Amino acid sequence: MSAAPAYSEDKGGAGGPGEPEYGHDPASGGIFSSDYKRHDDLKEMLDTNKDSLKLEAMKRIVAMIARGKNASDLFPAVVKNVACKNIEDPNQLIRASALRVLSSIRVPIIVPIMMLAIKEAASDMSPYVRKTAAHAIPKLYSLDSDQKDQLIEVIEKLLADKTTLVAGSVVMAFEEVCPERIDLIHKNYRKLCNLLIDVEEWGQVVIISMLTRYARTQFLSPNQNESLLEENPEKAFYGSEEDEVKGPGPEEAAATALPARKPYVMDPDHRLLLRNTKPLLQSRSAAVVMAVAQLYFHLAPKAEVGVIAKALVRLLRSHSEVQYVVLQNVATMSIKRRGMFEPYLKSFYIRSTDPTQIKILKLEVLTNLANETNIPTVLREFQTYIRSMDKDFVAATIQAIGRCATNIGRVRDTCLNGLVQLLSNRDELVVAESVVVIKKLLQMQPAQHGEIIKHLAKLTDNIQVPMARASILWLIGEYCEHVPRIAPDVLRKMAKSFTAEEDIVKLQVINLAAKLYLTNSKQTKLLTQYVLSLAKYDQNYDIRDRARFTRQLIVPSEQGGALSRHAKKLFLAPKPAPVLESSFKDRDHFQLGSLSHLLNAKATGYQELPDWPEEAPDPSVRNVEVPEWTKCSNREKRKEKEKPFYSDSEGESGPTESADSNPESDSESDSKSSSESSSGDSSSESDDEDEEKGRSSESEQSEEEGKRKKMKKRKTVAEGHREGSSSDEGSDSSSSSSESEVTSESEEEQVESTSWRRKTPPSSKSAPAAKEISLLDLEDFTPPSVQAVSPPTIVSTSLATDLEGLTLTDSSLVPSLLSPVPGVGRQELLHRVAGEGLAVEYAFSRQPFPGDPHMVSVHIHFSNSSENPIKGLRVGTPKLPAGISIQEFPEIESLAPGESTTAVMGINFCDSTQAANFQLCTQTRQFYVCIQPPVGELMAPVFMSENEFKKEQGKLTGMNEITEKLTLPDTCRNDHIVVQKVTTTANLGRVPCGTSDEYRFAGRTLTSGSLVLLTLDARPAGAAQLTVNSEKMVIGTMLVKDVVQALTQ
Amino acid sequence: MIHSLFLINSSGDIFLEKHWKSVVSRSVCDYFFEAQERATEAENVPPVIPTPHHYLLSVYRHKIFFVAVIQTEVPPLFVIEFLHRVVDTFQDYFGVCSEPVIKDNVVVVYEVLEEMLDNGFPLATESNILKELIKPPTILRTVVNTITGSTNVGDQLPTGQLSVVPWRRTGVKYTNNEAYFDVIEEIDAIIDKSGSTITAEIQGVIDACVKLTGMPDLTLSFMNPRLLDDVSFHPCVRFKRWESERILSFIPPDGNFRLLSYHVSAQNLVAIPVYVKHSISFRDSSSLGRFEITVGPKQTMGKAIEGVTVTSQMPKGVLNMSLTPSQGTHTFDPVTKMLSWDVGKINPQKLPSLKGTMSLQAGASKPDENPTINLQFKIQQLAISGLKVNRLDMYGEKYKPFKGIKYMTKAGKFQVRT
Repeated sequence: MSAAPAYSEDKGGAGGPGEPEYGHDPASGGIFSSDYKRHDDLKEMLDTNKDSLKLEAMKRIVAMIARGKNASDLFPAVVKNVACKNIEDPNQLIRASALRVLSSIRVPIIVPIMMLAIKEAASDMSPYVRKTAAHAIPKLYSLDSDQKDQLIEVIEKLLADKTTLVAGSVVMAFEEVCPERIDLIHKNYRKLCNLLIDVEEWGQVVIISMLTRYARTQFLSPNQNESLLEENPEKAFYGSEEDEVKGPGPEEAAATALPARKPYVMDPDHRLLLRNTKPLLQSRSAAVVMAVAQLYFHLAPKAEVGVIAKALVRLLRSHSEVQYVVLQNVATMSIKRRGMFEPYLKSFYIRSTDPTQIKILKLEVLTNLANETNIPTVLREFQTYIRSMDKDFVAATIQAIGRCATNIGRVRDTCLNGLVQLLSNRDELVVAESVVVIKKLLQMQPAQHGEIIKHLAKLTDNIQVPMARASILWLIGEYCEHVPRIAPDVLRKMAKSFTAEEDIVKLQVINLAAKLYLTNSKQTKLLTQYVLSLAKYDQNYDIRDRARFTRQLIVPSEQGGALSRHAKKLFLAPKPAPVLESSFKDRDHFQLGSLSHLLNAKATGYQELPDWPEEAPDPSVRNVEVPEWTKCSNREKRKEKEKPFYSDSEGESGPTESADSNPESDSESDSKSSSESSSGDSSSESDDEDEEKGRSSESEQSEEEGKRKKMKKRKTVAEGHREGSSSDEGSDSSSSSSESEVTSESEEEQVESTSWRRKTPPSSKSAPAAKEISLLDLEDFTPPSVQAVSPPTIVSTSLATDLEGLTLTDSSLVPSLLSPVPGVGRQELLHRVAGEGLAVEYAFSRQPFPGDPHMVSVHIHFSNSSENPIKGLRVGTPKLPAGISIQEFPEIESLAPGESTTAVMGINFCDSTQAANFQLCTQTRQFYVCIQPPVGELMAPVFMSENEFKKEQGKLTGMNEITEKLTLPDTCRNDHIVVQKVTTTANLGRVPCGTSDEYRFAGRTLTSGSLVLLTLDARPAGAAQLTVNSEKMVIGTMLVKDVVQALTQ
Repeated sequence: MIHSLFLINSSGDIFLEKHWKSVVSRSVCDYFFEAQERATEAENVPPVIPTPHHYLLSVYRHKIFFVAVIQTEVPPLFVIEFLHRVVDTFQDYFGVCSEPVIKDNVVVVYEVLEEMLDNGFPLATESNILKELIKPPTILRTVVNTITGSTNVGDQLPTGQLSVVPWRRTGVKYTNNEAYFDVIEEIDAIIDKSGSTITAEIQGVIDACVKLTGMPDLTLSFMNPRLLDDVSFHPCVRFKRWESERILSFIPPDGNFRLLSYHVSAQNLVAIPVYVKHSISFRDSSSLGRFEITVGPKQTMGKAIEGVTVTSQMPKGVLNMSLTPSQGTHTFDPVTKMLSWDVGKINPQKLPSLKGTMSLQAGASKPDENPTINLQFKIQQLAISGLKVNRLDMYGEKYKPFKGIKYMTKAGKFQVRT
C-alpha cells in the first residue's frame, strides 16, 4: 500500500471513487497489456472486507504469476494480507487461497514466511487447507531446496492425515521432495491403501505408483516359489475371481528361481494393496487403470496378473494417444506374460483406419502373442496386412512374419515361402523388406535353400533398395558354395556398377569379393583385385579402410602372411543365426506405465523400481496404534466439515444407503448415523460417508459367511425401517443392530464387547463404532498365519479406555421405576491427540439441569494428559441451529497436567436431534466440537398411573400413534431385561401395569413437554408389538426405531 | 508435473500458451514441429517426444495439438488423460473446441486452465466444480461483462471443492426435474472378403443427462446385467454395490455425463445388422476397373437401418470413378482417393447399390491392394446386445422426476475387407 499514492491520479480516472476498480482482469494479461496501476486495484481488493473480492484478487495474482508475470510489487500487500489476516481467516477457502498465492510468489525472501505459513496450514483444521499446504511444498522446495529437512517434517505430518482430499497431494509432494524416504510411508501404508478408492483420480495414480515402489522394497516376491504358492491357503481364502483367471502361459519361470526356502506366505499388507487397487481397474481414467495394471504386473502373483488384461484391452477403445501408450506397455507385458493377453488376440487386429504408429504397435503385440496354436490365424491376418496401402506398415508386417518364423519352427517353411512370393511384389519396399527378412531366416538353415538364394541373386538386377541389395550380396558371399556358378557372375555385375552403389552395398561387394577369392580364387582373382582397387579410391573412408584391410588379409604378401593363412577362418567362420527379437524385450526393468519405460531410457527424476528383497524387512513397522488414528479421524472430520453435503440425502435415504455396496460398512454407518445424524443434521454425516467408503474397501473380503449373515440382518432392518419412517426429517437412524453384528464378527473382541454391550444402550454408538472399525481393520490386516501383529492386545487397550468411562455409571443400571437411568457411557468429544493433550468426553446424566428444565444436562469430563497446565477452559461462540441454546459451564481456570475434572452444561435441543456445535476454548487454542443427542435423551420420565396412561394414550391416536411389530429374541424375554433395554434407550419412566406381559413407559419431551407414551405388548413366543404415542411424530418414529433395535439385538 | 501447455493449430502456429511454473520458451515446440514433419500425418505424430531438457506430450483433437511440456518422470497417461480432460472441459464450456472459439474465450480459457492445475498438479478437473468457480460464458454474461468490466470468476466460494461428492455441485434447483439416459452401443467389427466375421464386439456407453434438484440418489438396474463383460464407471457409481448386486447406485453429477462404459465381448455372438456385397476388380490389360457394392440388412430385429454411409480409401492408381448410386449421393476425391457414399435409410425391398467403373492410370499395372470399406449406420430404439434397463429409482428427494431411456445402436469401427 505504500506504493499506492504514486498511482492515485491514474486511478481516479479509471474507476469510480471509493469503489475498488477490479473490472479489467490482469490475469488475462496475455490480451490486455499489463498495466501497473491494476496492481493498485488488486491491493485495494486485498484490503477490503469482502471475502469474494479478496478471493478474486488472489486468484488473479496466482494467474499472473503462473504466466511468469512479475508480481513482486504486490508482495507487501499480499504478504500483509496473507500472512497476517487471511491465513487466519475463518473461511477455509480464503485460507487456502491465501496460501496458494503466497506459495506462488517466487521470491527468495519469502521463503521463511512461506515455510511458516505451510507449517501452520499443515495443521489447519480444514482438509482443503491442508491439501493446499501439500501443494505448496514442492513450490517451496523448488525455490529453496535447503528447506528440505523442514519440508520433510511437514510431509511426514501430512502423510499422517486421514482425509482423501489430502492423500493424493501429499504423496505427490513426497515424490517430488523425498521419494527416497520410504520409511515415512510405513506407518501410513495401510491407511493409504484404504483411502485409495476415494482419492481423486490424479492422486490415485501418484499413490499407486509410489506404493508399487514401496511394495518392492518391503515384501517378498510372490513368484519366487510357484509350487508352494499353489498350496498357499491365502489364495483359497481370498477372492474367487482371481482363481478363475487362468494361469499364464508356459513361459519360463521368473529368473528369480531361488532355491526353495521357507514356504512363501504373502504379507497381509501386500495382499491388502492388491485387493484395494483391483476395483480401480474399473476406473474411467486410463491413467488409473494403467497404474493398477503396472502395480499388478510388478507385484501380483503370476496367477493373478491376468485380471488386468481385460481392463487394458478396454483402453484400446480410447483416444489414439492412450492406445499408443497402452500398447507400448502391453507389448512389454506380452513378452513376459503371453498367456494373459492370448484370449484377447482379436482385439489387437488391425484396421485400415488405425494410424500407422498404432498399427505397428499392434503388430508387435500380435507377434508376441503368436504361438503354435494360434499361428495359422495370425498368419492369415498378416496376409491381409501385406496388401495394405500403408507401406511402412507392410514392411513392419514382413518383419513380424520373419519373427514368427524364427520363433515357431513349425511355420518356418510356410513363412519363408510366403516371403519368397513377396519377392515378386510390385512394390520395391515390400521386396526389399522381404529380402532382408529372408536373409535372416536362411541363416538358420542355409543348406536347404539353394533355390531361394539363386532366386535372390537374380533380383540384384532389379532391386534398388540398398539394404536389400546388401543383404543379397551378403547371402551369396556367405553361401557361395551353394551357388558356385552364380556367385562369380553376381560379383562381375556388381564390379561394373560398384561406383554407383550406396555405401552399405559397396561394403558387401568387398565382402563378397573377399569370400569368393578365398573359395574360388581361380575365377575371381582379377575381379576381386578390380573391386579392391575401386574401393581404394572411394570417397568414403570406411570403404577405403575396408579395402585396405581386406587386401592385407586375403592376398598373401611377402612379409606377414600369418593372418592370411587364417583368412578363410576369419571370413567364412560359421556365424550364429541372428535372433529376431522384440524391441520390447526386457523393457520391464523400467516401471511400466512410466515415461522412462515408454522412451526406453531413464527420464529425469525416474525412481528406479527396486528388486524384491531377499529377506522381508520387518513387517511390524507398518503397525499403527490403531485407536489413535481411527478416533482421531472421526474427531477431525467431524469438526472440519463445515457443510454437510451428504447429510440431506443420507438422512432421508437411509434405505438406499444401507443397501449400499458393502454390508459391513453399512451396518456400521447405520449404527453411527443413529447417534450422529438422526435428524438429517449436519456436521458429522459426511464423515460417515467418507468413512464408510473408506472402509468398504478395507473390509471387502473378510469372511464370506459373516458377510452373508449380516446382509440378511441388514435387510430385515432396512425393511423395518422403511415401514416405520414416514416423517419429514426422515430420521435415518435405522440404527440397525449392527453393534452386535460387528462385534460378533471378531472373536478377539467378544469378551470385552459383551461386557459393555450389556450396559450400553444402542443409542450411544459413535465412540464404540469407531473402535469397531479399527478392529475390522486389524482383522483385515492380520490373517491367522501371521503372528507379528497381535490384535487382541491392541484391541483391549482401546476398549479399556472406553470401559473406564463405563464403570462409573455401572452401579445405576438396575432398572427402577422412576429414577433416571444414566443412558449412555461417556462419548468422546475431543481426542487427546487432537486436543493437544486435552481429552474431553461427555455423557448424558439424565439429571434435570438446574436452572432450566428444558435443557438436557450433559456432563463434560476433561482430562489433561499434556505436560503443561491447560488454562481458561470455556465454551466459545457456538454455531447453533435455530432454537437450540446452550448453558455454558463455568470457565475452568486451570487444569493441571494429569488431572481431570467434570463440568455440567445444559443444552436445549429444542426437541430435535440436531447437533449442537460449539467451540471449546483454552487460552491458546480453539477446538470445534459437537454433541448430538440420541432421541431417547430428549425426554424426561413422568409418573402416571395406568389409568392416566390409558387416558392420555386415547388422546394420542391416529397420526400420533406409531406401531411396530417385532420379535423378541430369546435373550430378551424377561421383564428385567426388557425394562432395562427400554430405559437405557430412552429416558422414560415405567408405568405400573396390571398384566405381566405388557410394559408401559411414559415421559415428556424436555422443551415442549409433549407426552411420550410407550407401550410394549409382549405375546408368547417372542412376538411383540411396540406402540409409541406422541404429539411429536418425528420423535415418536425415531424412538420406535431405537427401541426396536435395542430389543431385537 | 505439467510445466506448460501449448496449443498449436494445423498450420503450425502456437496460438495459446500457458505456464504453471516458470516460462518455457516457445522454441521447445520446434522439436514438436520436426516430429510433425517426419510423421506426415497428424495422427502419426508420436504422443511422447523427448527433447534435451523437456518431454513433449501431446494429444491431437479437433485439429488442434495440445502439447504439454514436462521436465521429469511422470506417467505419460497421466498427462494424456489430463489433456483430454482439458479438451472435454473446453467442449463443455464452449460447446465446441476449436481455434476461433478458444481465441474468443481466451479469458475464460486461462481462468479454467489456472484452476485445473496448481503448480502443474491437477487441482479441480471436475466440470461441476469448475463451473462453480468460473461461469461458462453466455451471450448475456459476455455483454454484461463487456459493459461492467466484471469477469466470469464466480463470486461464490467454491464450496464444491470441499464436498465428499466433488462431482456434484451443491444447491442445484430445477423446476422440471428430469433424468434421461441414452444407451448407445457401437459395433466394432472386421468382416472378411467372404462376408464372415473375423472379429466383432460391442462397446456400449450409458450417457446421462440428469437435471434433478437437490441431492438425488439414483439406482439403475438392468434386466440382464450379466451381459456386461467389462465395465468402467464414472466415479460417482458405488462399485461395491455393482459387485454384489449388479445395480448402478450413484449420486449423479449435475448435467451431462457418461455414467458407464461397457463391453460385450467377442465371445458372445454379436449380431451383425448389415451386410455388404462387393465386387471390385482391376484388370491388368485395361485401364478400367469395375466397382459394385450393395448394402443390405441382416439381423436387425425388425428395426430400420438409418444414416448409412460407406467410405473407402481407393488405391493410389485410381484416377477417377464414374458411379451411379441407386439412392443417396456419392463423392470421390481424386486427390485423397476417398470415396464416400451417403446412402441414408436402407429399404429392404430395394437394396441400395453403387455401380460403375474406375479409371486407372494408363499403363500402370493393377494395384496390389484392395480397398477396405468402412461402414457407418444407426439403428434407433435397439441395443444390439439386448441390454435392457429394468428400472430407475430415486431416493433422497421427494419430487417425482421425469425419466427416460433411449436405445441406439451404431457402427463403431466397422470394416469390410475386400
